[in-house]
Amino acid sequence: MMSLSAAKFVEPLSLHHRSNGSPMSFNAFTPFLGSTRKLRLIAPIKLNPRSSSTVVSVSDLVKDQKRKSTTNLLITKEEGLVLYEDMVLGRSFEDMCAQMYYRGKMFGFVHLYNGQEAVSTGFIKLLKKEDSVVSTYRDHVHALSKGVPARAVMSELFGKATGCSRGQGGSMHMFSKEHNVIGGFAFIAEGIPVATGAAFSSKYRREVLKEADCDHVTLAFFGDGTCNNGQFYECLNMAALWKLPIVFVVENNLWAIGMSHLRSTSDPQIWKKGPAFGMPGIHVDGMDVLKVRQVAKEAVDRARRGEGPTLVECETYRFRGHSLADPDELRDPAEKAHYAGRDPISALKKYMIENKLASEQELKTIEKKIEEVVEEAVEFADASPYPPRSQLLENVFADPKGFGIGPDGKYRCEDPKFTEGTAHV
Amino acid sequence: MNAKSLRPFLRPMATLFQAATAFSASNKFHFPSLSACNGQMCVLRSDARINQFLNMGPHKSLTQRLLTNAVATKEDTSASSKTGHELLLFEALREGLEEEMERDPRVCVIGEDVGHYGGSYKVTKGLAPKFGDLRVLDTPIAENAFTGMGIGAAMTGLRPIVEGMNMGFLLLAFNQISNNCGMLHYTSGGQFKIPIVVRGPGGVGRQLGAEHSQRLESYFQSIPGIQMVACSTPYNAKGLMKAAIRSENPVILFEHVLLYNLKEKIPDEEYVLSLEEAEMVRPGEHVTILTYSRMRYHVMQAAKTLVNKGYDPEVIDIRSLKPFDLYTIGNSVKKTHRVLIVEECMRTGGIGASLTAAITENFNDYLDAPIMCLSSQDVPTPYAGTLEEWTVVQPAQIVTAVEKLCQ
Repeated sequence: MMSLSAAKFVEPLSLHHRSNGSPMSFNAFTPFLGSTRKLRLIAPIKLNPRSSSTVVSVSDLVKDQKRKSTTNLLITKEEGLVLYEDMVLGRSFEDMCAQMYYRGKMFGFVHLYNGQEAVSTGFIKLLKKEDSVVSTYRDHVHALSKGVPARAVMSELFGKATGCSRGQGGSMHMFSKEHNVIGGFAFIAEGIPVATGAAFSSKYRREVLKEADCDHVTLAFFGDGTCNNGQFYECLNMAALWKLPIVFVVENNLWAIGMSHLRSTSDPQIWKKGPAFGMPGIHVDGMDVLKVRQVAKEAVDRARRGEGPTLVECETYRFRGHSLADPDELRDPAEKAHYAGRDPISALKKYMIENKLASEQELKTIEKKIEEVVEEAVEFADASPYPPRSQLLENVFADPKGFGIGPDGKYRCEDPKFTEGTAHV
Repeated sequence: MNAKSLRPFLRPMATLFQAATAFSASNKFHFPSLSACNGQMCVLRSDARINQFLNMGPHKSLTQRLLTNAVATKEDTSASSKTGHELLLFEALREGLEEEMERDPRVCVIGEDVGHYGGSYKVTKGLAPKFGDLRVLDTPIAENAFTGMGIGAAMTGLRPIVEGMNMGFLLLAFNQISNNCGMLHYTSGGQFKIPIVVRGPGGVGRQLGAEHSQRLESYFQSIPGIQMVACSTPYNAKGLMKAAIRSENPVILFEHVLLYNLKEKIPDEEYVLSLEEAEMVRPGEHVTILTYSRMRYHVMQAAKTLVNKGYDPEVIDIRSLKPFDLYTIGNSVKKTHRVLIVEECMRTGGIGASLTAAITENFNDYLDAPIMCLSSQDVPTPYAGTLEEWTVVQPAQIVTAVEKLCQ
C-alpha cells in the first residue's frame, strides 16, 4: 500500500448554507493539481438571456420554507413513514451486504450506498411504477426504492437463480422489467444513453404512437466522476434538444474511488453544466431527503409536462469506501465525521419527532420490521438454488435461432445439449 | 439493353467494379470470351449475352476493367416473379426499410443525416417527409450516445435502426454495442430484449483513405449476443434488412460502399430472408469458395476465368457472418473437399480466421487439403489507388489460389 506523504488532500466544499449555519473548516489547505477555486454557491444567478433557464440554489429556498412555520410541513405523516422506511431499508440492506460479503456469500465488486439514501428515496418515491430508473454499479438501493423485493436483490447478490437477473447479472446489473429498473451498468456513463433512449421511447409513444397518457419519466442516476465523461455531455445535448422526459441526477459524493472531484474537474460545480445545454441545473443538499424530494418533485413534474430534462446535482457522501474492496484510507476522517453528522436517516428521524409526525416508538417499529425483511431476504437467498447448467446458454439471445444452423441442418438451439448447457457455442 | 441500365455507370457515385455474377439453375455455366470487347465497355448479362457499347466517354481505368451490369437473377420458382421490378441496392434497402416502417409503427431510424438529408447513401431518402422527424431521427454527431439511445429505446419497446454513416464511425459506439447491445439481454436475466438493427456501409471503397475503409466485422464478431449479416445483392439486401428488423436479437447489417449501385430485378411480392442461412451462388464440384459482400463479385469474376480453365468452383456467399451456416458450408465441403475463403477482412482475426477454425473443427475429416484463406493485407488501407488495389484480394489471386488448391 503506498504511503501518502502529502498528508491531507483538498478541503471539501466550503459552502454557505449548511444546516448548522456555520462554514466548516478543515486541516490546512494543501496545494494540489486541479481547481484551486473554493466552491461558493451563489443564490439566483441570472444567465445569458439566450439561455432559458435560471439556476437557483434550492437549499436556501427549502431551508427558509422549513423554518417558516411548523403547520406548513413538507410532508404528511404517511409520506414521512414511507420515506423513513425506504431509507432504513436501504441502509440495513447495504449493511447486511457488507456482512454477507465478509462471510463469503457474495463476491466480486460490491458498491454500497450507505449515506446516499436520501437521494434514492427522495427521487424514486415520487415515481409511478411505469417510470424508469437507470443507475450505475451502485444500484442496490435504487432497485429497492423502485420496488424490487429485497429477497430478489439479495438472491441476485448471492448469485442464485431466484435473483432479479437470474443470478446472471450480479451486484452491478440489477434489472427489473416489472418495476422498470433498467440497470445496473458496470462502466460509468454507459447507462446514461440507455436512460436517454428510455425517455425517447416515452416521447415516441406519446407523439408517434399517440398513446396520449404516456408521460413516463426516466431518472438517470450517476456520480461526479461520470460528469467528466463524453457520454454525459452527449446525452445532455440530445435530451435538451428533443425535450426528452428525463431527469439527470448527479450523486456528487466528491470521490471517484480515490480521485477527488476537485482534482479531476476543471469546474467542479456540476449543476452549472445544465444551463450550458439549455436545461435547468440545480444543486441540492443530498443528505436531506426533504430537500431532495422538493427538487425532485419539480424536476419530475417538469419532465412529465413535456418541458424537457433537468440536471440535479445532489451533494451527498458515501460513508463506506467505493466498494467493499476499497480500504478507504484516502479520505480525511474529519470530512467523514462531518458528513456522518448529517446522516439522512437521523435527520429525518429528528424532523419527524420534532414536528410530532411520528413517535420514537413508531420509528423503532419500522426499524424492527426492516430488520426482519432483510433477515428474511438473506434466508431466502441462502435457501435458493444456484443456477443449473441448463441456464448457461438460455438468455444469450432473445431469439435462440441466433446461435445459427449446425452441421446437421437443424438450428443449434434445438440441440438438446443447448438446453442442458453443455454445448460449446 | 437500353440506356436506362447505363444510368448507374454515369452517376458521379457510380461504382466501377470488376465483377460478373452468374446465377443459373444449371451446374455448368460457360462464359464467352470477353476479349472481343477490346477495351470497350461491355456488359455481361447473367445469361451470358454480351452487349458492347461504343463511345462510353473518356473512361480510363488502371486495368482493363469490365463494366458489368451485375444482374443477379434468382431461380424463378414462382411464375409471378417474372413481373418483378428492377432497382439498385440502396433502393432495395430503402424499400425493405419502408415496408417495415409501414408495417410496424414502432420501427424508427436513428442516425446522422438520415432525415432531412435522406441518408448519405440515400438509403433513407424520402422517409422523413413520409414518417416524420421523430421516426427518422437526425442525431447530433455522437455515435456512442445515440447508439446507446437506440438500445435504451429498444429495451423499452421500440424497434430502432441505428445507422452509422460509415461503419467505421461505429468504433466510437463500441462501448454501447459490446457492453449493452450484446450483453444486456443476458445480464438482465432475459428480462429486456434488444431488437435493434445497427447498419451502415463499410468495406474498402475507391480511395476513401484508411479510416473510411474499415471492415468492422472482425472487431464485432466476438461479441456474444449479437448477430452479424452482410448483404451483397439487392435481393438479399432487402430480405436481410426486413429479417433484421423483425428479429428479436440485436443484428448488425454490413453493407458495402461499392455495392450500393448494383442493379437487380427483385420480386414484387413481399419476402424475408433467413438471417442465419448462407446463399448458394454457383454450385460446383471441385472447390468450395466461401465469400461475402463485395468479394463475391471478385470471386465470380475469377470463377469466369476458372471455368474457362476447366475448373468447377462452388461459390457460397456466407451472408451470415455470425453465426456461420455450418449446414450449407458443411454440405459443400463434404462434396468438394477443398475450401478457399475469400474475404475483405484483414488476415489477423478476421471472419476468415474464424471460419477456418469452424470448418477445421467440424469437417476436418472431409478435407483433402488445408483450408486456404485469402484476406486483405494487415495494412491500413492506403489512399493511393495502386496500393489500395494490392491491399484487397483481386480475382487473379483467387484464380492462382484455386489452381494451387486443386493440384
